[in-house]
Amino acid sequence: MDVKLLTYLFVGLSFALYIGIAIWSRAASTREFYVAGGHVHPIANGMATAADWMSAASFISMAGIIAFMGYDGTVYLMGWTGGYVVLALLLAPYLRKFGEFTVPDFIGSRYYGNTARVVAVICLIVVSFTYVAGQMRGVGIVFSQFLDVDITLGVVIGMAVVFMYAVLGGMKGITYTQVAQYCVLIFAYLVPAIFISMLITGVPIPQFGLGAAVADGSGVPVLQRLDDTLAELGFSPYTEGAKSTIDVFAITMALMIGTAGLPHVIVRFFTVPKVSDARKSAGYALLFIALLYTTAPAVGAFARLNFIDTVHDNAYSDTAPWFRSWENIGLIGWLDKNGDGAIQYAPGAPFEGAPSFATERGPQGERLVVNPATDSANEVYVDRDIMVLANPEIAALPPWVIALVAAGGLAAALSTAAGLLLVISTSVSHDLIKKTLARGISDRQELLYARIAAALAIGVAGYLGINPPGFVAQVVAFAFGLAAASLFPAILMGIFSLRMNREGAVSGMLVGLGFTFAYIVYFKFVAPELNTAEHWWFGISPEGIGTLGAAANFATAFAVSAFTRPVPAEVQALVHRIRVPRGVETPHAH
Amino acid sequence: MVRESGEVVRDEHSGISERNRAYWRANLKLGTVLLTIWFVVSFGFGILLVEPLNRIPFFGFKLGFWWAQQGAIYVFIVLIFVYAWAMKRLDRKYDVHD
Repeated sequence: MDVKLLTYLFVGLSFALYIGIAIWSRAASTREFYVAGGHVHPIANGMATAADWMSAASFISMAGIIAFMGYDGTVYLMGWTGGYVVLALLLAPYLRKFGEFTVPDFIGSRYYGNTARVVAVICLIVVSFTYVAGQMRGVGIVFSQFLDVDITLGVVIGMAVVFMYAVLGGMKGITYTQVAQYCVLIFAYLVPAIFISMLITGVPIPQFGLGAAVADGSGVPVLQRLDDTLAELGFSPYTEGAKSTIDVFAITMALMIGTAGLPHVIVRFFTVPKVSDARKSAGYALLFIALLYTTAPAVGAFARLNFIDTVHDNAYSDTAPWFRSWENIGLIGWLDKNGDGAIQYAPGAPFEGAPSFATERGPQGERLVVNPATDSANEVYVDRDIMVLANPEIAALPPWVIALVAAGGLAAALSTAAGLLLVISTSVSHDLIKKTLARGISDRQELLYARIAAALAIGVAGYLGINPPGFVAQVVAFAFGLAAASLFPAILMGIFSLRMNREGAVSGMLVGLGFTFAYIVYFKFVAPELNTAEHWWFGISPEGIGTLGAAANFATAFAVSAFTRPVPAEVQALVHRIRVPRGVETPHAH
Repeated sequence: MVRESGEVVRDEHSGISERNRAYWRANLKLGTVLLTIWFVVSFGFGILLVEPLNRIPFFGFKLGFWWAQQGAIYVFIVLIFVYAWAMKRLDRKYDVHD
């Protein structure tokens, strides 16, 4: 069977599975819709959390980013896993004990009032919509690349599938589809990784293959070979970074505490029966995530080596078919600057911006790039995102592996989109409508509002996926920075400080959010030409500024709370209560 | 979460008992130890000390690079399971288990 037919088959079968699960697990009450009734097994919740967390960015982009950043890719590897330690030790068990439905619920109750609740809802909606637009775009790209479907139609199909299980099943439907999606995506990630590790090193386990010798009889380890090869081409070594130590530190910290403060991750821990289950479940979640995250650096290094071997100093007419197929959709571009007919790979951009192509082709059949050339020796443009998607082709793997990768990419994007859409709709129906605007509504009415909000959110997400604002990729840094600087400190102080009052927490959130937002907007949009290390505060890039934002949040909160009214006794009692596991209750239907 | 006055009073009473205070102190101690390890393996070995550690070869890796892209993640997993196990013991010891 050819690749396209197999891809249709794999994607079709996986979609049928997700929809089947949606019908089987319809939610009948708000408790089922919001927290899957509160009786998800910790291991199932671990898988669901892993799928929820690992998005199109983790599945498609991360290994490619690492391939080109080398050591600096560490910020993503540690930042997006280390956050689970913070979550498990400092937040998840206590929020589970608190026993309500949403993150704004906790902030509203702990800081006694709707001001705190509404500020939390705003943070949540900004963070979650930023994310979800990217996921829908990922769905569109996979569809258009592997199935020859128009991006718009791809996004609409994706929306329809998410609609089925998110609107019908709520958290219950999402949980069990995410378990299935985790299995699909991890299988789809590991199979090509194992094949490629075998191919390059002869070692089947990629985590060990990364340290093994290249299988050409030379006995040189992979990373050594990569460092040497890159040095020959004029790059800095793969195993050493280009970013400053303080920036790597700040970005890693912002990603870690941002992860711990992301609402769609936190709510997953509301679905397990007990406090002790929430702790264990975080361990399983990280275990399942680490399967992909420890494989990604191996995939990245192998991909870079493979890429250089197949591309550098080879004539265009001798390149592998994958080079031409990705050139055809504009994610690879070659400009023969020195006119020798061969492709040279070197540091620096080959030409300005992403490639624009002339209608006619060059002497070897290549697409002619019309962008103005730079004076670097580099002649080849490559979009980092193609590394994982192109890997099976680069390694000449069988067609079913390529089809599997398509299904895996869709599973990663859809599972994250569904989790995000759920927290958006929940915060609208529960925190804004039920707890703020229309207090008297019944459980059935609230459930209806939740479904309407989910449907609307899917519509907005789909619109953003089809018409992405030009800055989607850039705003992703926002989501983590904002979560780190606003929600994370407020939740943490709410659990660990008996003295933190409403005035302190609200002013802390506003200062953290405002500072981080202003810094990112200034360097990304107002004065992008100044976005270099010498202009940054303390040498911290906008990606890492959430760390300073969080520090500003803590400092403001403690200063303000020292001079304002103390915490009421019943709120102190609430804090004492969430600190002990005994007496956990499943959130009851309101 | 103040639902009915009876529940709050009961909880307030148990919330400030000596047993719960001791439990909380033990919890904080455990958390501090584990988070120190978390910080040392990631920010310490993987970032601040990466250059000196990179001079040490480790199964085909430079040691600092290995901590940054592999080792720290393995330790993270172990830390969470150790925490879950140790907390379960504390829960029972102080009779606050769920």
